[in-house]
Amino acid sequence: MVFLEFEKPLEKLYDQLEKLRQVGEESDIDVTDKIKVIEDKIKARSKEIFSNLNGWQKVQLSRHPNRPYTLHYLTNMCKKFVELHGDRNYSDDKAIVGGIGKINGDPIVFIGHQKGINTKMRQYRNFGMANPEGYRKALRLMKMAERFGYPVVCLIDTPGAYPGIEAEERGQAEAIARNLFEMAQLKVPILCYVIGEGASGGALGIGLGDKVFMLENTWYSVISPESCSSILWRSWDHKEEAAEVLKLTADNMLEFGLIDDIVKEPLGGAHVDHAKMVKILKSHIKKQIEELSTLSPDELIEHRLEKYGKMGAFTVKKTSS
Amino acid sequence: MGWFNRLKDGITTKTKSKREAPDGLWHKCKGKGCGKTNTLKELEENYYKCPHCDYHTRIGSYDYFDLLFDGKYEIMFDNIQSKDILGFEDLKTYEDRLKSAYAKTDLPDAISVASGKINKKPIVIAAMDFTFIGGSMGSVVGEKISRAIDAAIKIKSPFMIISKSGGARMMESAFSLMQMAKTSTKLAQLSRKKLPYFSFMTDPTTGGVTASYAMLGDINFAEPKALIGFAGPRVIKETIKRDLPEGFQTSEFLLDHGFLDFIVNRADLKDKIGDLLDLFSSSNK
Ligand SMILES: [Zn+2]
Repeated sequence: MVFLEFEKPLEKLYDQLEKLRQVGEESDIDVTDKIKVIEDKIKARSKEIFSNLNGWQKVQLSRHPNRPYTLHYLTNMCKKFVELHGDRNYSDDKAIVGGIGKINGDPIVFIGHQKGINTKMRQYRNFGMANPEGYRKALRLMKMAERFGYPVVCLIDTPGAYPGIEAEERGQAEAIARNLFEMAQLKVPILCYVIGEGASGGALGIGLGDKVFMLENTWYSVISPESCSSILWRSWDHKEEAAEVLKLTADNMLEFGLIDDIVKEPLGGAHVDHAKMVKILKSHIKKQIEELSTLSPDELIEHRLEKYGKMGAFTVKKTSS
Repeated sequence: MGWFNRLKDGITTKTKSKREAPDGLWHKCKGKGCGKTNTLKELEENYYKCPHCDYHTRIGSYDYFDLLFDGKYEIMFDNIQSKDILGFEDLKTYEDRLKSAYAKTDLPDAISVASGKINKKPIVIAAMDFTFIGGSMGSVVGEKISRAIDAAIKIKSPFMIISKSGGARMMESAFSLMQMAKTSTKLAQLSRKKLPYFSFMTDPTTGGVTASYAMLGDINFAEPKALIGFAGPRVIKETIKRDLPEGFQTSEFLLDHGFLDFIVNRADLKDKIGDLLDLFSSSNK
C-alpha cells in the first residue's frame, strides 16, 4: 500500500495488522483480540486525520494509486458486465470505457474514465485523458441506452481531456460539446459520479446528468490546481493555494448547489476498503435509478434544463434608465 | 421587459464602439510577415482589416453589432454582472480584476447581447469581448446567453453567438465550468424549438467556449486565420514536446478537418449572414 504524507501515521499500524494476520494464518495462536486492538487504533487515527482535510489533501486522495477505478466498480457491482469498445468511426479510446451490466436485474449502460493500475497500464490508458473517440464512444453507448430505455451511469475520473495534435485534428472540442448537447436531451435517466478527479471539460464531457454526485475524497474544477498555479501565479509552486481558492472539494460543490449530494467513502478513503466502496456505490446507484425511473422522458429533460439553467452566480442590477 | 435596459443607436453612437481598436493614430499590423503601418482611419474604412495583407484585427462586440445590424439595435441584459462568490484571490483578487476590466473596457462583462435586424430579418446576437478578462466565460456569460436564447425563442428568430475567448473564467472555478453545461442545455432547447443557431468564431476561440457553444452551431463559421481549438497551443506543445505544424488550429485547419461550414471575410459578413437568414426562412409566410 502507498501512504500519502498525511497518512503516514497509519503506516505502522497497517504494518502491525498485516504481521498479526500472518501470524494468525501461519500458527495456531489466536490473534483475534490483538487484531481488534490495532483495528480500533487505525479507526481512531483515521478519524482524526480524515475529519479535517484541506483541498490539496483531497486532490491527493483522489489520485491515490490504490484508489478503485471505473472498471473495478463495473466488474464488481454487476454480476455480469460486458465491455463494449469503439466509437464506430475511428478507434477505441482506452481512457474512456463503457459497457452494459445489470444491477438488481435491471440493465444499465455504464461509461467511465479509466486510469491504469501500474506504469504500463497508466500509459495504455493515457492517464485517463481521453481523445475525441472516447467521448464519441460514450455518446454511441448513451444513444444505445436511449434506444432501449436503459439508464446511463457515468463515472468521472480524469485529469482532463488529452491536449494533443491528433485530438485537435479530430475535434476534441466538438466531441465534448456534442456530448453536452446530446446529454441535455437524452430520453433516459443519467447519473454521474465523480469517483476521482473531475478536471474541466474532460470531466464534464461525460458529466451532464439528472443527478451528479461526488465521492467524499474527490475534486471537481474548471482547471487542475497545478495548471491554475502555473497560469495565475506563473509557477508550479502554488498548487496548494490554488486548490484552496478553486474551492474544488465535494463539500464546496454541494454548498454551491453544483452537485446533488456527496457519497460517503469508507473511513480512511475508498482505497482502504474497495469492497465496501463498491457496495456503497452500488446501493446508491440502485436507489437513484429507482427514484428517476418514475419520471417520463419529457420530465427528465425538463428537469435537466431547469437544473442547469439555474447554475451560476451573478448580480442583477436595478435598471437605472 | 425589465432587462431591455437601453436602446442603442448603432451607427451614430461611438462611445462604446471601437474599444478594441488600438490606441493612437498609427497601428502596426500584427498579420504574419506583414508589419506594415496603417492609420486607424484606413483600418476603420476596411472593416478593421489590414489593407496590405487582409489581416483581421480583433474588434469588439459593439463593432460587430455596428457592422451587422441594419441601423438600430437593442442592447439587452447589461444589468447582469459578475459576482465573486468564491472570494477568489491569486496575485490579485477577482474583485480587483473585475474593477480594472470595467475601467479598461467600459463593458459590463465579456459578452454583450443585442437584438435587431440584418437585411430586414430579425436576429438575436451575443458577441464576446476579448478585452474583458480574455473574453473568459463565467456565470454572466452563461446567463446572458441563456436569456438571449429565451429572447430569440420569444420572437421566434434565429440566434447567433460571436465567440472570442480564451476559455472558462478560472476565478469562478466550477461555476464557470458549469456554464458549458448550461449554455449547451439551453442550445438544445433552442434546437427543440426548431430555431437555427449560427456559431461564428473569431480570433481567438479556445477552451471551454469551443467545447460548448462555439462548436454547436447548426452552421459553424469563422473569420480567416482565427485561432480555434480546445487546448491552447502552448499547453499542447508542452505536452507533446515538439513543435506544432504550420497552420495548426487556424480557421483553415478546422475547415479542412470538417469542423466549419465556411470561412468568411469580414467585408462579406453581413451579406453572408443575411443570406443565411433568408435561406433559413420560408418565403411562403
Ligand atoms: Zn497587414
